[in-house]
This record gives sequence, structure tokens and C-alpha cells, in this order.
Amino acid sequence: MKILNDIGGIIGISLMYSAPLIYTALGGVITENSGVVNIGLEGMMTIGAFAGATVAYFTKNPWLGFIAAGVAGALLALLHAIACVTFTADQVVSGIAINFIGPGLALFLTKMFFDGAAMTIPVDLNNKIPRPLDGLFRQGSFLDSVFNQYATVYIAFLLVFLMWFMLYKTRIGLRIRAVGEHPKAADTLGIDVYKVKYLAVILSGVFAGLGGAAMSIAVVSNFRNTLISGQGFIALAAVIFGKWKPHGAMLGCLLFGAAQGISIYLGRTEAVSSQLLAMLPYIITIVVLILFVGESRGPAANGVPYERNK
Amino acid sequence: MVNKRNKIVVTFISILFGLIVGALALAIAGFNPIEAYKIMFEGIFGSPKYISWTIVRSTPLILTGISVAFAFKTGLFNIGAEGQYIIGSLVATLVGYFVKLPVGIHAIVAMLAGCLAAAIWGGIAGLLKAKFGINEVITTIMLNWTALYFSNYVVFWEPFKRPNRDASQQILDTASIEILRNWKTSDAGREFLRNHEFLKNFLNPPVNFGFIIAILVAILIWYILKNTTLGYQLKAVGFNKDAAEYGGINVKRNMVISMMIAGAIAGLAGATQVLGVSRETAILSAAEGYGFDGMAVALIANSNPIACIAAGLLFGGLKYAGSKLQPLIGAPLEVINITIGVIVFFIAMPKLIDILLSVINGKKRGAKVEDTK
Amino acid sequence: MLTPQEIDELMEIIRSLTSQGKTVIIITHKLKEIKQVADYCTIIRRGKKIDTVKVEDVSEEQLASMMVGRNVSFKVDKTDREPGEVVLEIDNLYVKDNRGLDAVKGLSLKLRKGEVLGLAGVDGNGQKELLEALTGLRKVESGKIIMNGQDITNLSPREIIDSGINNIPEDRQKRGLVLDFTVAENMILENYHKKPFSSGGRLNHKAINDFATELVEKFDVRPRNIKQFAGALSGGNQQKVILAREITNNPEVLIAAQPTRGLDVGAIEYVHKYLIEQRDKGKAVLLISFELDEVMDVSDRIAVIYDGKIVDILDAKTADEKTIGLLMAGGGVDGE
Repeated sequence: MKILNDIGGIIGISLMYSAPLIYTALGGVITENSGVVNIGLEGMMTIGAFAGATVAYFTKNPWLGFIAAGVAGALLALLHAIACVTFTADQVVSGIAINFIGPGLALFLTKMFFDGAAMTIPVDLNNKIPRPLDGLFRQGSFLDSVFNQYATVYIAFLLVFLMWFMLYKTRIGLRIRAVGEHPKAADTLGIDVYKVKYLAVILSGVFAGLGGAAMSIAVVSNFRNTLISGQGFIALAAVIFGKWKPHGAMLGCLLFGAAQGISIYLGRTEAVSSQLLAMLPYIITIVVLILFVGESRGPAANGVPYERNK
Repeated sequence: MVNKRNKIVVTFISILFGLIVGALALAIAGFNPIEAYKIMFEGIFGSPKYISWTIVRSTPLILTGISVAFAFKTGLFNIGAEGQYIIGSLVATLVGYFVKLPVGIHAIVAMLAGCLAAAIWGGIAGLLKAKFGINEVITTIMLNWTALYFSNYVVFWEPFKRPNRDASQQILDTASIEILRNWKTSDAGREFLRNHEFLKNFLNPPVNFGFIIAILVAILIWYILKNTTLGYQLKAVGFNKDAAEYGGINVKRNMVISMMIAGAIAGLAGATQVLGVSRETAILSAAEGYGFDGMAVALIANSNPIACIAAGLLFGGLKYAGSKLQPLIGAPLEVINITIGVIVFFIAMPKLIDILLSVINGKKRGAKVEDTK
Repeated sequence: MLTPQEIDELMEIIRSLTSQGKTVIIITHKLKEIKQVADYCTIIRRGKKIDTVKVEDVSEEQLASMMVGRNVSFKVDKTDREPGEVVLEIDNLYVKDNRGLDAVKGLSLKLRKGEVLGLAGVDGNGQKELLEALTGLRKVESGKIIMNGQDITNLSPREIIDSGINNIPEDRQKRGLVLDFTVAENMILENYHKKPFSSGGRLNHKAINDFATELVEKFDVRPRNIKQFAGALSGGNQQKVILAREITNNPEVLIAAQPTRGLDVGAIEYVHKYLIEQRDKGKAVLLISFELDEVMDVSDRIAVIYDGKIVDILDAKTADEKTIGLLMAGGGVDGE
């Protein structure tokens, strides 16, 4: 039975680590589908992680924190939207700027709100994101390891489905994709290209912010400056891996989370050097990209600022 | 096409806006921005020691900036400068410790080894893009983390690890590129410096040849891009690989070459940092950020290698001076990150500055202003 | 891109719409279409309205001179020439498209010195893949391409250029020019690595600039500023830069793909003049175009491509539009 529990343990850890990535990757999916490149996911995730931990601490309510994280991410994304949509900025450069501003602001505010400390005060265990299925299964069993997750994990998967539905089954989703493929044509059909892009970019900030909170008030209980180191970029990689589709990006996040889970699990057994194990998820991602993805082609007008009069 | 003069104006205005927003952030947080900027200014120029530290701190940033700038000019986005830096510093430490060579030659060999290793690291990403079409953004990010953990792994290797420290053995003195290192700590040196205040302060930090190397590299890269066939074909591939291919240029090979050169430069940043300042490779939980910062340097410099020197100094100066804010008035040094971020943000939007300028100048740009919704 | 018959059908549709009392506005630079179906015509040049005329009162020549601002000759000045020996031979070529399906299916063609061979066909019948195979940008699955007796099948683009084939690409902004390069830098795109433009890896800026200055003068590129970014030039002038570059290379074979796409009548006249000049110098020109008029005007022989094969080759002097149109649509397939 131990092997089953071990597998359960791996799956459980994988799901927990994948969830924040999934939120952020969904953010990436929506903006790229609308034709705006968003490298700033990392920065948006960071400010969301900060906002989530801080609001959750002060209000003692994790869900308020969760919402605050989304709002924080949205505000940062608004900057990106203004730059890229209204002022036709270079989207990559703007994204890089967001990646400086986001973490900078997050840590700055942390020091402001928490008396100069470089991390937020940990949220009380009772005030973290709850585990809805806690106690349902026997502790330590396979089912418990796999399914006793934070609510944010379940929400993440739900959102993947909602995003897929929205993008491919609703009118607004069609408009978003049209704007990303051929903004000029969309424009002549009466779609307000600018508004759609704004919506998509701001939503991406919401998602990335939620992803940050899924780290800071679920996986751990506070925000510190090493909390978000690279997840935003890995989510971006998942988006490209998943060929800009929500379910594909989810798979990419799961793959990465699984590699992470395996390496943590193996690390516990001290069979292989922890450093080599830490490399594992990244190398596996590259290998999978070589084997399965090859030339990735995004929405046709991705990265090209839309100017009506061009 | 925005002409060169406009771009310089945009850069300066962006820097100005960045500083203004930084001041605002400080003010909102309850600090006096004037006082803060005064501290920062004195923090850089107030003493020869500070100027010297600024130069030392800026050196790796100048080089990573050139690395990213070069990649940009050839159509590639080198987020991988971080990983290439790590590989360069690791290999330089290895050569600096294990290989026995005379003074001067040892340093040069160590640096070249670092460059070569980092070039290969960068080349991997280039190869993956050329052969499999995989976006270099993803591969370089993956390689960054791989490099970090690989470096840690190597440092843990017994013959290389320093006992009781989370770091490797130190490089031998023969490999150091620090200027007058042994002399300034010797009795004769100390005696001399006692009477020469300026020099004493200036040589206090680990002043090293790295800065000179960075300037030389900037000039070299500028020359390559402007005056050589290599530069021409790399730029052609970067600007329009379809046309380059049609003109007979081997696109795949040039992509790899671009990444290798960019990698080598970032690796040199790591190597000079090790050989000049840190003298060892530490075990890290996260990368130090020189590669990441290099992106901002490259953008502020508009991808011009010579301008990277100035941009690197600016960035390094801001970071160094900013680190003095917290101990002196309690202001978080992150305000510098915000400032830098805002600078880059405005650099991303020349159109905004265009509009602001024309409004200030009272000139009506007619349709252009109205159309921006 | 429509065949002549399809164009006629479109005109029919337009006429039936107007007879129902609807108003139709066509925007076109094709004078024939204007004459065919328009009642009134407003000519615009450089953003200003020149005049509005009743179509039946003006000739095509008059319309053209209003469009361009000077007199334009339509008939290409062409003296008869005896074509020389075969210089380029394409033998039973098979090339796949991006989806992995056969796009060129056993195509054979011979190009002779001192002639313009026009390749007529509807877009999508293998022209793109054929062109890319001929320039080394796409793999030839089977068959041969022989240039002056030398087998150049599947050689690299640079080797093919060196063997004497130059090409005016179909998409000038994508393949023909690096828009972020200056005019001068674009002029040396194929030869930057050769003397006098560079030696030992070092570029010789003076030689490059002299060369470019000479060419912009000779080919009337406007403005004459060789330091101007190519992206800032008009379509016609961009095409002139490409023409200048390719023709000055003095290739044995010049392949011109859609050379006058998007150009005004004056620029079109210009391009055709140069193509004929090449032919008169004893070079071979392969003209690939969707504009049947252009193919008929400029070519000596006309080959029709349909479904990846040459279905017939006609003498341009005696060929008529209806027959070619039919062949382009796949009717009357005779085989070679």
C-alpha cells in the first residue's frame, strides 16, 4: 500500500504546485488570444501574492484576500493595457517594465504595511484558504493525498473549463480571438478592438493575481520576495506549450507541477542530489517541447499593436 | 521610423518620469523625496569610495546589458542572460581554482573559459530555436533555472566546496583581476595610501579590470554590428529572416551564432564578477538578477552597446545608492526597482512622450492626437 | 485572383446589381474593369481628387494619364527576337506544400536565352512552391533543375544565386527587403560578403554607398536618399530597389514573381520595360503572374500551370484570352 500512498503524495503535491501556474497561464491564454503579448505575468502574480496575503492577514478572511489579489493584478495589468493598447507600446518592453514595477511595489508596500519587514506576517492557519474536503478521507491515504486540496486548486480547474467555454463557445470569446487573429477585419465588422484588448489584458491581470494568492495564502501563508520566482515565466511557457489553448496550457502546468512533485518526493528519499532533482522540471519541459511541440504559432496578430489608421 | 535624436529625448524624459514617480512613491509612503534623492546623490558622488563602488557594481550590468542588447539587435530575446552569467561565473571559478597558471594569463584563460562555456549555454537555446522552432523565451528561462541548480550541484562537489561555507573554494591569486589587490593590503601599500586620501578611498572597494573589459567589449560589439559582414548578416536575420534567407544567408546558423555571442558576453559578466569581486561561486536559492537587470539596461540604452555603458552606470548607480536609503532614512530600497520599472515603462511608449511634448510645445499635431483613443 | 471567365462573371453580377437600382462603388486600378462595368469614374492621385469623368467618354489611355500624371504607353515596346539555347531546364519536378501534399506534380519546363516565358495560372496551383523550389527555399522531392548544364536541384539559396538565377520575390516586404535596413543595405543583400562591398569580413561602407547611389539614380528610386529606411519607401519604389539589385547582378535567368502587384500604371510600365530589356540583352526571364494581361503583353511564350503541372505552352502572339482562361481553369487539359 505504501507505493499507492507515495503516488498519491506525488499527485497531491503536483496538483498543489500546478494550481498557481494554471491561474497565471489562463491569464496568459486570454491576453495572447487577443493579440497582446504579456511577459509581465510574473509581476502581476507577485503583486497579487502580496495583496492576497496582506488583505487576508488584516481582514482575517482568505476570500477577501483572494479577491484583493485579483484586483491588484488587474490594476497592474491596466498599466500594461494603457501602454500597449492605447499607446501602442512595444509589448515585450512593457511586460519587462511590469516585472520590475510589480515585485518592487509589492516589496515596497510590504515594508510599509509591516513595519519595515521584508515579508508579510503569516496568516493564521485558520484564515488561509480552506480545504473543503478536509477530514473526508482517512489522513495519509491515497484519496486524502490527492483530493484533500486547498479550494484554490479546485477553482483553478473550474476556471480552465470556464475559460475554454468562454473562448470557444461564446460570442465574447469569438471576438477576443478575432481581434487576435485579424484586428482589422474585426474592426470593420464593428467590434471595438481597443475595448476587447483592454478587457483581455485586465482579465489576465486578475488571473495572474489570483495565481499569486494561490501561492501566498494557500501553498504557504505569507508573501515574501522569493515566493514568486519564475512561476510567471513558467506559466508563459505553459501557454506556448499548450498552443495558446486553455486546456493545453493546463496540461503544461500539470506537467511542470508533476515534475516538481516528483523531484520533491525523490528529494525526501535522499536518493539523488536535491540540486539535480531541482533541475528536473525545467529539463523535462525542454524535452517535452522538443518532442511534442516544435514550431509554435500563436494568433496571427499577436504582439502587433493595433492602430486603426495604419 | 523614430529617428535617433527623438529616441535619446524619449530616454531622458523616461528617466525623468521614473525619478518623479519614485519621488511620489516615497512621498506617499511618508518619506521626504528631496532628502532621499540627496542621500542617493551623495551616495554615489560623495566620496571617491562611492564612485568606485558604483563602477564596480555597474560592471556586470553593463556586460549583461550588452548581451541582451546584442541579442535584441539580432532579433532574439535573451532572457537567458541570467543562466549564461551563472555558467560563466562557475567555469571561471573552476579554472581560477583548479588550474595553475602565471599571473595575468590565468585570469585571461579563466575569462575565456567562462565565455566559451556560456556561449555554449546560449547556443543551446539558439540551436533549439533554429532546429525545432522552439521560442527562445521558454528555453532560456528553463536553462536559467537549470544553470542555477547545476552550479549549486557542482559547488557541492567535495574537492570544490569550501568546508563550513555555502560556497566554493576561492580562486587563486593568480587569477584575480582586481587592481593592485595585494599591494594595497601590504605594508608598503598601506603606507603609501595613508598619504594619498583620494587613492585610498578609490581603491577601497574591489576595483578591478572588469570595467575596462566591459568598455572594450562594448566597442567590439558596436564595431561588429556596424562594420562587419558578420554583423550585417546577424542583423538581417534578426530584422527579417525571410528576406535574409532569400538573400542567401543561412538563417539557422546565424541564429545560433547570435545566441552564442550573447551568451559569451553574459558569461563574461559572470566571469569578471567572480575574478574581480566575489572570488568564489556561492550556493544560491535564486539567481542574483544581473541577467534580469541587464534587460532593463539594454532597453534604456535602446540596444546600443556603447550606450549600455552609460545605462549600466545609471542602473548600477541607482541600485547602489538606493541600498543606502534603508539604513539611513528607513525608506525601502525597492523604490529603486519601481523607478527603474517606470523608466522602462515610459521607454516602451514613445508615442505617449511624443504627445506630451507636442502638448507642451503647443503644437497641434492635428489628426494624430485625436486618433489616439 | 480570378480567371478571365470568373472576372466576367463578377462584372455580370455587378451589372445586375446596378440594374436593380443599387449603387456599386468599385475601387480598382484595373482600367479594363473600369471600362467594362463603370458608368462614372473618379480619379485620385496622391490623395487629391483629379477629376470625375463619364467612362464612355474617355479612353483607357486618358484614364491612365490622369492616374499617373503623364502619358503612359500600354503596349509594351517589343521587337521580335529569336530565342537562343535552353538555359534553364525543369524536369519532372515534384514539390510538396506546407501541409505535406504534392503541390508541384511532375512539372517540366524549358527556359531559353533571350525570351520571356510567362507562367499563367490561378493562385494556388503550385506557383509558390515552384518558385521556392527554384530559389532553394523549398525541398524538391524528385525531379531535376538544371541551369546551364549544371544540376542545381536542392542547392542552397546562395549557391543558386551564384549559379546565375536571380529572383524578384512575390512579396516584396516579406522576402524582398529588410524594411529596417536602409536602401543601401538592402542593395547589397545578396552580395555583402563579396568584394568590393567587403573584404576579410569588414564592410566597405564607401563602396556600398557608391554602388547604392549609382543604382538609385539609374533606376529612378525616389527619394534618392540611400540612407532612408526601406520601410519608408512607397511600394513602387521598393520594387525598384529590388529590381535594381536583381538586374544589376546580371543574372542569366531572372524570375519575376508578381512584379507589378500593387503598383500604379506608371510603375508597371517601368517594370515591364526592364524585363524586356533583360530579354533583349540575351537573358532569360520567367514571369510568374496572376495578371493575365501582363503575361500576355510581356511574354514571348506563355505556359499555363494548373494543378501543379504545365498544361500547355502557347505562342504569345497568337494566344487569345479565352483559351488561356479556359486552360487556367483546368478545361481542355491536353498534357504536354
